[in-house]
Amino acid sequence: MANMAQAIRMALHYAETHLGVTDIFGEDVGAPLGGVFTCTQGLKTTWNSPLDERGIIGAAMGIAMGGGRPVAEIQFCDYVYNTIDLLKLAGNTCWSSNGDWNLPMVVRTPVGSGIRGSIYHSHSFDATMTHIPGWKVVMPSNPLDAYGLLISACKEQNPVMYLEPKALLRVKGEERIPGEPDDDRTLSKLIDAPLGDRSQWKPQWPEALEAFAVPIGKGKLVREGHQVTVVSYGRTLPLCARAAATLADEGISVEVIDLRSLWPYDWDMMKASIQKTGRVLFVNEDTEVTNFGEHLVRRTVDELFYSLLAPPRLLAGKFVPGIGLADTLEMASVPQQNDITTALRALAGEQP
Amino acid sequence: MSRPRLIKESSAPLPLDRELLVRIHDLMVKTRVLEERLIQMYKQGHGYFWIGGPGEEAFNVPLGLLMKKGQGPEYDFLHAHYRQSGTLLALGEEPIGALRQMKNTASDPYSGGRNFAGHFSLRKYNVAPVSSPIEVQYSIAPGTAMVQKRVGGDGITIVTGGDAGTAEGDFATCLVWSSRPANPLPVLIIVTNNKWGISTSAEGQHGEPRVSERGKAFNIRSKTINGNDPVESYLELKEAMEYVRKERRPFLLEANVSRLYGHSSASGANYVTEEVDCLKDFEKRLEQDGVLTRQQMDDLRNRYTEDMAAAARIARDEPLPEPESIWKHIFAEDK
Ligand SMILES: Cc1ncc(C[n+]2csc(CCOP(=O)(O)OP(=O)(O)O)c2C)c(N)n1
Repeated sequence: MANMAQAIRMALHYAETHLGVTDIFGEDVGAPLGGVFTCTQGLKTTWNSPLDERGIIGAAMGIAMGGGRPVAEIQFCDYVYNTIDLLKLAGNTCWSSNGDWNLPMVVRTPVGSGIRGSIYHSHSFDATMTHIPGWKVVMPSNPLDAYGLLISACKEQNPVMYLEPKALLRVKGEERIPGEPDDDRTLSKLIDAPLGDRSQWKPQWPEALEAFAVPIGKGKLVREGHQVTVVSYGRTLPLCARAAATLADEGISVEVIDLRSLWPYDWDMMKASIQKTGRVLFVNEDTEVTNFGEHLVRRTVDELFYSLLAPPRLLAGKFVPGIGLADTLEMASVPQQNDITTALRALAGEQP
Repeated sequence: MSRPRLIKESSAPLPLDRELLVRIHDLMVKTRVLEERLIQMYKQGHGYFWIGGPGEEAFNVPLGLLMKKGQGPEYDFLHAHYRQSGTLLALGEEPIGALRQMKNTASDPYSGGRNFAGHFSLRKYNVAPVSSPIEVQYSIAPGTAMVQKRVGGDGITIVTGGDAGTAEGDFATCLVWSSRPANPLPVLIIVTNNKWGISTSAEGQHGEPRVSERGKAFNIRSKTINGNDPVESYLELKEAMEYVRKERRPFLLEANVSRLYGHSSASGANYVTEEVDCLKDFEKRLEQDGVLTRQQMDDLRNRYTEDMAAAARIARDEPLPEPESIWKHIFAEDK
C-alpha cells in the first residue's frame, strides 16, 4: 500500500490531469527534489518558487484570482507564521467582497513532531489555522484519507489548508487507494524518483487512479466502542487507535473518531458518540493553551453536559516555546502512546 | 511615442486631443467632488471613517482610462490601494457606489456594508478587493500576472501602493517575483509617492532619492514622473503599459502626487494648502489653451456637486445590511 507522501503525489497527479490544478509550487517543490518530503516528485505543473513564504501565499491568491488553481506548499508550517495576515486576507476575501471574489486555492504544509525536527520543524498549526475564518482545514491520518481529502481540496471553490502530519508521511496505509497497484515495490518503481541523477526520470502514473474523494467535514469512525470516546486527528490518531486496542484487552471499550476535517468538522459524529459513551478525550499535539481541542471541550460542555458521566478531557502538547531536539525533550512535550493510554484508562475509570 | 514632449513647460500646447483632455478633466472633477462629498458625509456622521485620493486624480484617472477593462486574464488586473476612486470612476463606476460604501448600506456594491470607503472590489473589471493591511497587494499581483503570461494575449497586472509602505517585505516580494530571469512577469508596479506615511515623512521612512531606483537592482525598467500632471501621467502610463503589454516584463513607475486632505479622517481630513492641487493647475492650463472656459468648468463642478448631494441623499436613506447577513459569503458555494 502507498505511504502518505505517495498518496499525496498521486492525488496531485490526478488533480493536475483531471481537476484543473495549474500550479504546484513552493520552495524545492519542483525538480530536482520534488519537495523535502518527496510529495511533489514527477508532477508536471510543479515549480520552485523564491524562498519567500509571503510571495508563495500571495502568488497562490493571485493565481486563484486570475483563474488558475494553485496548490502552494510551505515547506514547514513553522514558516507559515510570517504569512498570517495573508492567510487572514485569503480567508476573508469572499466575505469582505460580499461574495464578489472567491479563492480556489490549496495550501499544503507539514505539521507536528515525530521526525526529531527540533524547535523550528515541529510546530503544530491546527489551533492557529482554525482561528482564521473562511478557510477549510483538513488533516489526514492515513494515506487513503490523504488522497481523498486532497482530491476534495482541489475541487473546492474556497481556500483549503491541508495539514500533513510529517510523522506519518512515510507510514504505509492499510487501505488501498482506488487505482494504486497491489504491491508496494511496483508502486515505488513507478512513482518514486531514483536517488542521484533524475534528469531523465519520468514517473509512470498508475492509470487506474480514481477521483476518490473524502468529503470535507466528515469524520471517520475508526473503531466502535461504548465506554469512552476519543477524538483525534493527524499524528496522534494512530496512537489513539492503538491505545483503544490495548484497552480492549483490559476490558475497556473505546470508540475512536478520526476528525479528518477541522473546519468544518463533524459534530454530528462526535455528538452521537459522546451521548452514547458519556466520556470523551480530545487528543492533539498543538500546545494546550487556546487549543482547538479546548473549543471541542467547550462545545461538549455547552451542548452535552447532561449526557456526561465525567468531565471532557483534553490531552495536548505542553505549553512550552518549542520542542527540544533531545529525545527526552520531544517525548515530554507532545502526547505519546503511553500518555494516551493512561489518559483513556483514567477517564474510563473516573467516578464522580 | 517618438514625438518630442515639452509637457513640463506650461506654455507648450497640451499634447493630447481636446476630447481626451475634456474627458480627463471631467473625471478629475467628478472624483474630487465625490471625495469631498465622502469627507462631508464622514464629518456629518454618515460614515465612520474616510480615506481616499483627493490630490491623486491626475494620476488615477489616466490609469483607469488606459486599463484594458474586462473580466479574466485577457484583461488588465488592478491590485489597488485605498486612494483610487479616480481610477474606478474612469473605469465607468458611478459615484453612488462609493457613497453607499461610506454609509455602509446593504446596497454598497463593493462590500455590502462590510468595508471602509475606498475599499473597492469589482470582479467584473478585475479589480481585486482593496485590503486594509498596506502593501499585501504587491505579494498577490505576481500571481495574476503569472496566469496572464501563461494565457497569452496582452493583459497586464497593475499594482499600486504608497511610498511608506514600500518598507514592507511585500514590495520586495513583488520586485523579486516579477523580475526572475527565468520567468519575468507583465506587472506594472506603481508607487504613488505623496511623501508621507500617516505622519511619518519620507525623510523618516526611506533613504533612496527615488523609490523607482529600487527597480535598478532587479533590472526592472523604472521611472519617476510627476503624477500631479494628468498629461504627463497619461503619456508615461501609456508608454509603461505598452512596454509591459508587449515585452511581458515588469516596469516600476513612481508617481509623485499630493495628499490634499491629509492621510484620512484619522488625521482630520482637512484641505492642505501647501500641496500642489493637480486639478487647479490643470484647469489653469485648460483655460490658457482655450480648451475649456472658467465658466464651463465651474458649471461642471456645480453640476457634479448637485448630483453628488442627490446621490448622498439616496444612500443615506437606504437600509443597513440585515444582522443575519454576517453568515453570508463566508464560503463561496459551488457554482
Ligand atoms: C500592514 C499595515 N500596517 C500599518 C497600517 C496602518 N496604516 C494605514 S495607512 C498607513 C500609511 C501608509 O503610507 P503610504 O504607504 O505612503 O501610503 P499613503 O497612505 O500615503 O498613500 C499606515 C501606517 C496598515 N494599514 N497596514
